[in-house]
Amino acid sequence: MLSVTNLRKNYGDLHAVSDVSFEVRRGEIVGLLGPNGAGKTTTVSMILGVLAPSAGTIRVEGHDVMRDHRKAMERANFAAVYAPLPGNLTIEQNLRIFGMLYGVRDLQKRIEELIAEFDLEKYRGKKSGVLSSGEQTRLCLAKAMLNRPQLLLLDEPTASLDPSVARDIRAKIRGFVDTQKCGVLWTSHNMYEVSEVCDRVLFLSHGKVLLEGDPKTLHIKHGKSSLEELFITVAKEPLTLDLS
Amino acid sequence: MNPQRIAAIALREYYLVRGSIARLFPLCVWAGIDIVVWGFLTKYLSTVVTGSFNVVSVLLGSILLWNFLIRMMQGVTTTFFEDVWSRNFLNVFSSPISIAEYVSGLILSSILMSLISVTVMLLLAVFVFSLTLLPYGLLLIPFVFILLLFGIALGIVGAAIVLRLGPSAEWFIWPIPAIISPFVGVLYPLAVLPHWMQFIGRFLPPSYVFEGMRAVIAGSPVSMQSLVIGSVLAILSLIVACLYFARVFRFAVRTGLIARYSAESVN
Repeated sequence: MLSVTNLRKNYGDLHAVSDVSFEVRRGEIVGLLGPNGAGKTTTVSMILGVLAPSAGTIRVEGHDVMRDHRKAMERANFAAVYAPLPGNLTIEQNLRIFGMLYGVRDLQKRIEELIAEFDLEKYRGKKSGVLSSGEQTRLCLAKAMLNRPQLLLLDEPTASLDPSVARDIRAKIRGFVDTQKCGVLWTSHNMYEVSEVCDRVLFLSHGKVLLEGDPKTLHIKHGKSSLEELFITVAKEPLTLDLS
Repeated sequence: MNPQRIAAIALREYYLVRGSIARLFPLCVWAGIDIVVWGFLTKYLSTVVTGSFNVVSVLLGSILLWNFLIRMMQGVTTTFFEDVWSRNFLNVFSSPISIAEYVSGLILSSILMSLISVTVMLLLAVFVFSLTLLPYGLLLIPFVFILLLFGIALGIVGAAIVLRLGPSAEWFIWPIPAIISPFVGVLYPLAVLPHWMQFIGRFLPPSYVFEGMRAVIAGSPVSMQSLVIGSVLAILSLIVACLYFARVFRFAVRTGLIARYSAESVN
């Protein structure tokens, strides 16, 4: 599904991402965790092909993202808290434009399905910019699922949502993964969410993958009481971890 | 190239113009005001100028075609700016659209938007100020062709500059036509310019259009060679503009400018 090999991104002397390798398999949700500045968004940007790696390869369903961006991105999509859809277009207009960009077949039918699925019917003619955070997030996710992607990249998809809306969103994403058998790379700072949703997690620190494992047991393996405590240790005292 | 993706960029612009008086206003009103002001000026001049000099055809015709070039350029840049203003780069460029398709979408949007402006200008010029384009005959085809290509080329260069330098560089872009106009002799023959300005003007395709227009109205033959030179220069300008945009885009992907344009503010 997604194969990242020896990925590296340097800005002069700064190594934003160093030799990162991982895979996301079909039907799997992988959490990409780490403190601010760890390299999560840089990694996601490189997977999307909007940032060129200094070294390494990224393949989506076997298609190299930099060499064959079109084919790779036809099979992927993304939603991020920092990339809302244009606020000056209505929900329906946004979905139509992006549906055309992603070459979605039978687009009107797909738009109707997503509007119903994400409970956007009563806002369909509203400009996206006037929607609440929860509604905008639902719209971004609807856009991300337009082309029924085999790889879904979600960069903090539930940030700024209240717990009730966040739980609904997580359930929708889990449902989509179960029915479409797609792979998901999910970044989040919410460790409760991560343990609930992710099948596997990768901890990034200073641009490197420090830990990898099952979010339900990884903290126990490293002598911590919770995933959150493990996160804080990765952020503040990574050298104290037993990485053997 | 996928026509659906190209159409998506133009459709987005259509939605925006249709739903916004602020966007429709400059397309119709600015273009119309230019024709009204120059129309009355030419009307006045035609009462004081003696001889066979056709003031309306020369001045108003030139203004109309120069405005056409400006609209073409601004059509490309404003379509691009819509992505800048709505911080939409990350969404657009992480989709399967190629750079060639994106630029083609900008051009298609520009042509469609310019049609609105040109229609308003033509209606005013022809019906209110009695402009007739008949003297130009088939020569209008190469005239429009040259201005269309050069307007698009300027727009693409403008978009590339803003992509490279950030949103605030928008203010460099709006005055570009005004900076070029003295060199291309929109309202006067190139011969009245100092030599260094004439030298620059010879490399600018619109010069050949406006020289040709004046020749037609004066009853002189239009040099086919100059039209060919103008056309070749316009085609070259467009090719260079596209190559420049592609180069700036590659730079933006390499340095992370595309990702940052959306994720955080760029000055």
